[in-house]
Amino acid sequence: MIEAKNLVKKFGDFTAVDNINFKVEKGEFAAFLGPNGAGKTTSIKMFTTLLHPTSGTLTINGINPAVDPFGVRRSFGIVFQDPSLDDELTAYENIELHAVLYGVSKNDRAEKIKMLLNFVELYDRKDNLVKTFSGGMKRRLEIARALVHEPTILFLDEPTAGLDPQTRNHMWSYIEKLNQERQMTVLFTTHYMEEAEKFARRVLVMDQGKIVEDGSPKELMERAQVPSLEEAFLKFTGHGIREETASAVDQLRQHRKAWGAKR
Amino acid sequence: MDAIYILWLRQIKRYLRSPARILGSLGQPILFLLALGYGFGAVYAKAGGGNYLQFIAPGVICMSILFTAVFSGIEMIWDRQFGFLKETFVAPVPRLHIVFGRVLGGATVATLQGVIVLLLTFLFGFRPEHLWLLPLALVVMLIIALLFSAFGTAIASVLEDMQGFQLIMNFMVMPTFFFSGALFPLAGLPPLLSLVAKLDPLTYGVDALRGLLISSNHFPLTTSIGILTGVMLFFLLLSSFLFSRIEL
Repeated sequence: MIEAKNLVKKFGDFTAVDNINFKVEKGEFAAFLGPNGAGKTTSIKMFTTLLHPTSGTLTINGINPAVDPFGVRRSFGIVFQDPSLDDELTAYENIELHAVLYGVSKNDRAEKIKMLLNFVELYDRKDNLVKTFSGGMKRRLEIARALVHEPTILFLDEPTAGLDPQTRNHMWSYIEKLNQERQMTVLFTTHYMEEAEKFARRVLVMDQGKIVEDGSPKELMERAQVPSLEEAFLKFTGHGIREETASAVDQLRQHRKAWGAKR
Repeated sequence: MDAIYILWLRQIKRYLRSPARILGSLGQPILFLLALGYGFGAVYAKAGGGNYLQFIAPGVICMSILFTAVFSGIEMIWDRQFGFLKETFVAPVPRLHIVFGRVLGGATVATLQGVIVLLLTFLFGFRPEHLWLLPLALVVMLIIALLFSAFGTAIASVLEDMQGFQLIMNFMVMPTFFFSGALFPLAGLPPLLSLVAKLDPLTYGVDALRGLLISSNHFPLTTSIGILTGVMLFFLLLSSFLFSRIEL
C-alpha cells in the first residue's frame, strides 16, 4: 500500500528524511509520531507527490509517484496540517470543486457530496460560506472533501491540532469508521500521544529524519517499559526541545493575524 | 478543461461575492475622472488638446484593469498561505491547467471591472466616437487584463509572502500606470520619458483603446495590438513556467 525504500530527502545540506524504510499494508491504521522537525511532514509531502525524493523509491497503492503522479494522486485523500479550504466558497462548492478536479463524473457528484456532508454532519450548512465555520467544522469538511473521489488511502497531517476534545473524538470516530467499514488505509501524524495510543494500531516514531521505532502502541510501551505511549515517546526521542525556524508561511500567517483577519 | 473552468468560476464567484471590493476599487477611477478630468480640463483645452475627460477616460479604464488584474494574480499568495494552492497541487490536474484557470479568472474579473469603469465614464460625460467599435475595445481590454493577470501570477509564484507587495506596487505597477500615457499625450515628450513610455506595455493598451474609443492613437492600431499580444504571450509563458516550479 505505502512502501518506502531507502527514502531520502535533502534540502541543500540539510537531510530532512534520512534513509527510511517501511511498509504499511492495506487497511492498516498507522500513526507517524515525532518531535517537530523530525521529518513527518516532509515524508507526507513525498507520499503525496508534493515533493520529489532526493533518492530511494516510493510505492503508493502499487504506483511509483515519480512515474505516474496522477495515478498516485487519484488513490489518496489528504487532510493537511493547515486548513486548505476556500473561505469565500460554500461548503458544497468546496467539495464540488474538489470533485471536478478529481474528475468525479457529473452524474454521481451531487449524490456523493450529499452523502459525505451527511457523514460529517454538515449537510444542513452546505450553503454557508466556509468563513463562517468553526475550526472543527472546517476539519470535518476537509475530511468529507478528501473522500469524494473514493481514495483507498487517507493521509492526515495533525488533523486534530487545535480542536476541542469533543470535536477530536468526533473526528476519530469518522476516521475509524472509514478504516473499518471501507478497509481504507489511514496514516496520520499527531502530537497528541493519547490519540495515537487509543486509535493507531501501529506507530512509527520518527526522529531526526529516521524511523527509530515501529510497532503497536502496546509493543512500544513494553519496549520502553513505561505505562503510556507519551512516556515511551519521550524515552525514544529524548526530552530536549527542538528548534525549528519559522517558515515564510508562518510569518505571513502572523502578519495576517496582526492585520486583524479572522481565521 | 473542467479544472480550468472550475478554477475560473471560483474567481468569478469570489469577485461577485465581494461587492465592497468592487465598489471600493471604483473610488480611484472616480477620483481620477473628477479631480484630473475636470481639474485639468480647462488647461488642457487652452493648450489646444481638446476635451481632457475624453482623453483620460480610456487611460482610467486601463488603470482599473491594470490594478485589478495584477492584484488578482498576486492574490495567489493568500491561496498559498491558506493552503488552497496545496489542495490544487495534489489533485490529478496538470499545473498548466491550474495556472490557466487562475490567469483567465483574474483576467475576466479585471475585464469586468474595466467594463464597470467604462460605464461609469459615460456618467461623467465620456462619449466614445464609434459605438460599433466597442466590441473590439472589449477585446483589447481583455488582452490587457490577461497580460497583467499573468504578470501578477508570475510575481506571486516567486514571492512567498506579502512583504514584497508594496515594492511591487510602488516600483512596478504604479510606474506602469504613470508612464503609460494614460494621463498625458505621447507626442512631444522629452526623449527619456518617451523611451520609458515605449518600453511600458500598458502604453500600447491605452493607445489602442484610445484609438478605438476616440480615434486618437499615437501608434498604428495593429502595432499596438501586436505588441500587446506578444507581451501577453510572454507573460503567460513566464507565469506558467514560474508556477510549475513552485514548491510547497
